Amino acid sequence: MSAVIESHGHDDHHHGPAKGLTRWLYTTNHKDIGSLYLWFSFAMFLIGGVMALVIRAELFQPGMQIVEPEFYNQMLTLHGLIMVFGAVMPAFVGLANWLIPMMVGAPDMALPRMNNLSFWILPFAFFILLSSLFMEGGAPNFGWTFYAPLSTTYAPPSVTFFIFSVHIMGASSIMGSINVIVTIMNMRAPGMTLMKMPLFVWSWLITAYLLIAVMPVLAGAVTMMLMDIHFGTSFFNAAGGGDPVLFQHIFWFFGHPEVYIMILPAFGIASHIIETFSRKQLFGYSSMVWAMASIAILSFVVWAHHMFTVGLPLAAELFFMWATMLIAVPTGVKVFNWVTTMFKGSITYETPMLFAIAFVVLFTIGGFSGLMLAITPADFQYHDTYFVVAHFHYVLVPGSVFSIMAAVYYWIPKWTGNMYDERLGKLHFWLSFTGVNITFFPQHFIGLAGMPRRYPDYALQFADWNAISSVGAFLFGASQILFLFIVLKTVMGGKKATPQVWEGSRGLEWTVDSPAPYHTFTTPPKVSL
Amino acid sequence: MNEGSKKTIKTLCFAVLGMFTFSFALVPLYDVFCEVTGLNGKIELKATNNTNIEIENGRDLSVQFVSHNNEQMPWAFKPSEDSIKIKTGKYHTTSFYVKNTTNKMMTAQAIPSVAPSNAAAHLKKLECFCFEQQELAPGEEALLPVRLIFDDALPKSINSVVLSYTIFDVTDYDKVQLSKDLQTNHGNDHKMEPSA
Repeated sequence: MSAVIESHGHDDHHHGPAKGLTRWLYTTNHKDIGSLYLWFSFAMFLIGGVMALVIRAELFQPGMQIVEPEFYNQMLTLHGLIMVFGAVMPAFVGLANWLIPMMVGAPDMALPRMNNLSFWILPFAFFILLSSLFMEGGAPNFGWTFYAPLSTTYAPPSVTFFIFSVHIMGASSIMGSINVIVTIMNMRAPGMTLMKMPLFVWSWLITAYLLIAVMPVLAGAVTMMLMDIHFGTSFFNAAGGGDPVLFQHIFWFFGHPEVYIMILPAFGIASHIIETFSRKQLFGYSSMVWAMASIAILSFVVWAHHMFTVGLPLAAELFFMWATMLIAVPTGVKVFNWVTTMFKGSITYETPMLFAIAFVVLFTIGGFSGLMLAITPADFQYHDTYFVVAHFHYVLVPGSVFSIMAAVYYWIPKWTGNMYDERLGKLHFWLSFTGVNITFFPQHFIGLAGMPRRYPDYALQFADWNAISSVGAFLFGASQILFLFIVLKTVMGGKKATPQVWEGSRGLEWTVDSPAPYHTFTTPPKVSL
Repeated sequence: MNEGSKKTIKTLCFAVLGMFTFSFALVPLYDVFCEVTGLNGKIELKATNNTNIEIENGRDLSVQFVSHNNEQMPWAFKPSEDSIKIKTGKYHTTSFYVKNTTNKMMTAQAIPSVAPSNAAAHLKKLECFCFEQQELAPGEEALLPVRLIFDDALPKSINSVVLSYTIFDVTDYDKVQLSKDLQTNHGNDHKMEPSA
């Protein structure tokens, strides 16, 4: 194979990165690609964030203020799609690229050229998606769940571009996952058995298997939409013998594992950070692995809890209720393990630790509201209200997003060789923490009081909490500019980092210099853990 | 690249293809699942060939008929009787009135649904306008017959059933597969002259 010859040529002389723009275009280095993913994700986070602020600005007061309802729907849809597929997922893939080879003692990802391809098709996917804003009929307006027939019969013409961009995102994710699995399964340093792998690597191995299993199903769903729209089939069209409820089944068969794809790597990150700053070994390593595996397996048999109100028979509602509640058991194991790790540890509260603790507390709040939603009869009341919005934002923003920020603060000294500004980092944490809670906690109240989601307007009694929520959103949004500033400042310079960086850090990535050399572990290290 | 990696890659590619195929396999699986269990209020869109379900002295059952027009379907469409009292294990015939209120030829397809959904498996039809598409000239009207029976295995807790039809405008569709299959089985014309 030509790839083999190519990689030998590289190994013979240890050179640094190429110069100029083409370095980034042609790079097959896992560290370069990791950085590209992380910067891309941050750009998408800001774009999706601005869309969220358009939504919150409109909802600051009752009545129509700033945007037309049609445009509001487009903002709502694009915000969801961009944050899920453009911000959270690529950020985790970026972290995987940077960290997995260094953590398992491999010189690079297993398939470096495919790695380059899976990153570089992403900007095109989002360019296509965002360009639909300027097309006749506007951007997709059917919500990130794109339920048929809203996304077929009633969709704007730009839906075809949306389908194409989802196909590209899916291809990118699938290639990324194949890369991760092959690297982990075949390129670990001698002596690193599966049950000695760092938990971030474990979390990504499980995530990658989930992606392999469900991204093709998403591709199938959008392909069926494409055929319904353009080729006269009737997968989701009742007039031709199809069924719109079938769409929801297929979508959530993908969609529920997808939400665990967005949280499992966060579990891995939190485990590393909490053990480092507690200066103790993580409590219950193997139970952490089994908990993640159980969550992943259970994620395939709970999808219909998103559909309790479609008219499921009683037996199905009971099954999906109990299966959903069962997930609280392995999740509880993880939360208790983190707490036990911190128990009697000599804890210091650097920025990554602050984000990690906030992650544990606020993710658990999101988990509890998830349990409430799992109760079928109660869900009939909560379904499609702001209570659901509060629930999934609690698990996604102070859950996934906080874990990503924690990871950036934790590993950025390794990436850049410089320590970040601790004072600014803490300021960023407290602003984000305050902002996120002011934004999303009141949404529990207005949801329980009956405010439906996805409308640009609301009844007067919801006005106060909505105003507060909007203020929080702008605070959270503004504090991310500070995050950008801190990261740029760290890249430019700062106090030099030691190879170990943190007093309590352990793992192969802390044995190499800071910043990590362009090529690491060209000869595999010996692991004796 | 070592042999182990190649094998992993191959397995994973097969898994991806397999899951893509599975997503399409979900479509027939879903239909079979609904048909077997009667979930979703779906009923078979073909005539029953079971002649042994007629019995004497079935229990009382009230059947209500509901009609819907999908989207902008302009036809007049309503049941001739809103509600009937029947006995299980006995055939009953009723009809639906349709009229093409537009000034162009139109084709329609009616899709039935039963509530509660666990009654669906026990409803058999000998004859139904939903088995095929209806084509009406401008201003043409018709009475569309349904000949139905509930078998006696209908759960005891059910003493009232709603049979709903939604009529769809399929004029611009190619003859959809569903109706094509059915028309080869039931080529006869079901239309009757309006009695009123």
